[in-house]
Amino acid sequence: MNAPHAIDSGAPHAATVVARTQESPTIFTLQLRLDDAAAQAAYRFAPGQFNMLYLYGVGEVPISIMSDPEERDGIGHTIRALGRVTQGLAALGPGDRVGLRGPFGRGWPLQEVSGCDVVLVTGGLGCAPVVSVIHYILKRRERFGKLVIIQGVKHADDLIWREQYDRWAKLPDTQVMVAADEGAAFWPWHVGRVTELFGLARFDPGCAVAMMCGPEGMMRAAVGSLQALGLPESRLFLSMERNMQCAVGRCGHCQFGGAFVCRDGPVFNWGEAQPLLAHRGY
Amino acid sequence: MPIRSDRAGFLPVAQLPSLVARLMALGYQCLGPAVENGAIVMRELDAPDALPRGLQAAQAPGHYRLTQDPQNRYFAWANGPQAIKPQTFAPQESLWRVARDAEGALQFAAVIPDAPAQALIGVRACDLAALAIQDAHFLREGRRDEHYAQRRDRLFLVAVQCAEPAATCFCASTGDGPTPSAGYDLTLAELAEGFVVEAGSDKGAAVFDALNLSAATPQQIDAARQQGQAAAAAQTRSLPDRNLRDALMSRLEHPRWDDVAARCLACGNCTAVCPTCFCHAEADTPALDGRTSRHERIWDSCFGESHGHLHGFNVRPDIRSRYRQWLTHKLATWHDQFGRSGCVGCGRCIAWCPTGIDLTEEVAALTVGEGTP
Repeated sequence: MNAPHAIDSGAPHAATVVARTQESPTIFTLQLRLDDAAAQAAYRFAPGQFNMLYLYGVGEVPISIMSDPEERDGIGHTIRALGRVTQGLAALGPGDRVGLRGPFGRGWPLQEVSGCDVVLVTGGLGCAPVVSVIHYILKRRERFGKLVIIQGVKHADDLIWREQYDRWAKLPDTQVMVAADEGAAFWPWHVGRVTELFGLARFDPGCAVAMMCGPEGMMRAAVGSLQALGLPESRLFLSMERNMQCAVGRCGHCQFGGAFVCRDGPVFNWGEAQPLLAHRGY
Repeated sequence: MPIRSDRAGFLPVAQLPSLVARLMALGYQCLGPAVENGAIVMRELDAPDALPRGLQAAQAPGHYRLTQDPQNRYFAWANGPQAIKPQTFAPQESLWRVARDAEGALQFAAVIPDAPAQALIGVRACDLAALAIQDAHFLREGRRDEHYAQRRDRLFLVAVQCAEPAATCFCASTGDGPTPSAGYDLTLAELAEGFVVEAGSDKGAAVFDALNLSAATPQQIDAARQQGQAAAAAQTRSLPDRNLRDALMSRLEHPRWDDVAARCLACGNCTAVCPTCFCHAEADTPALDGRTSRHERIWDSCFGESHGHLHGFNVRPDIRSRYRQWLTHKLATWHDQFGRSGCVGCGRCIAWCPTGIDLTEEVAALTVGEGTP
């Protein structure tokens, strides 16, 4: 009890919105800068980590960090307006103030996969944790092998950053496959389940890693497809979502078996997560 | 056994107030048993002789009634609905506050409680075991919770050996009682003529020395030992004396979860009285003038609707999954987090469950035919 400990007062940093982009009718990106210039300069994070964003008088939400870790001017967050806090954040614009605590959790194993192919699988609306990895890899293209981007959405209209997918598809050694359960006029990609696309993915299963986020049912199906293609469990990673309130493994809401998703995750190896993901309620 | 004959003193029953007086003189706010709303709770003592005598409570599944100890002892009661958890992990407190100026700029400041030094008199072995678990959670290396630490660091713990366990008690089977073995400043064993006293810390030793106690006789020490052994033997409930992690985690789809879910009201009483449950919600309370807001934490329960809430869906939408979360956390995955079970055998969740669900019974039903004790 008398050993030295880091004192954790837990209060957020004050931050200012420096830019706001509307990505879709409900999704927006806030670029934030910490008001304390020294804190902003010292801020470091790894892709896959998250911040707690605080809306004055309302509360906090965990939001994955979207910007590049080497960007020093601001910290990007792509948010869907859904609940009390996120709907309030959606109303903010440049100059407005928020609170920020973070970064928290364990990010993607990007150092470990240097030189290998990377398969990114996302489902649902704008999966920020994985899109941040795409940006990260494209900025450091020489450090990675092939990049395979597989994105599934329910409806064609749900796909955000559509022009980015077009742009990525034209890059060398980059394969983009998008599927919508329900198509729409001028939908250039696949109509059907995203898992129907895995057979077309070109990567070296001997040196590849998969990073996934999205609905857990979709990820379970994707894992089956990836394992059939020869990817071992040890190289399958997923980012999990649970109710998070403290972000430091204390409040208990995000517990997933013995793991605190906020602290031990949100990125897990499939082998760590799989036994409990099979049971609804964890 | 923890009672060491070399350092045990004897405090005659009439001199118990001198211990309280000593602690008060040292500046401690002294808390001891008191009756409130028909149950025994810890409340501030307003005088050295304010400790009540003869308190006792009969407990059974879904049952707690105050009774009178025929021997009129000070500590013949087993436990009340809440032990000492509120003294360290406050039921509701501010973590930080934020002020907003006319331009909208925010200024955040931590709110660190100015906790009084408190002496808790009548702490049980189960409470001490639970406190050690809460310490491991809130004072984790590298993430010390300052709110918890402020109160914890100023506690003086006067433990008491349980001589009369309740029918709901099973601390002997979890290895946590009924005789306190560690984590106290002073510990008492109540005999008819007085108390066998022992110090467990430097702070405790200083008070022990100041009391100028005569040495406890070998007969008194032996009587205290036997009393502890008898209290252990008197317990009728038990949990299996082994790590239940694998047994429970391999039965996540057992039909017993549906059975218990049909009896469970998801009221959260068990988590509110549990001395090791640590879940808490965080919520903002803005001031009416709009200029400031407090960010608070409030005890929460995994039985509540909001505990597993995630935008758009609930991880645990039904009582079956919530009861299963509680029991498998407490008895199974707790081992992954803290290297032991989260149950200290106090039996509060049994007594205070409005439908009398007994976790020892649920465990027995879930693990029937599994292993051998």
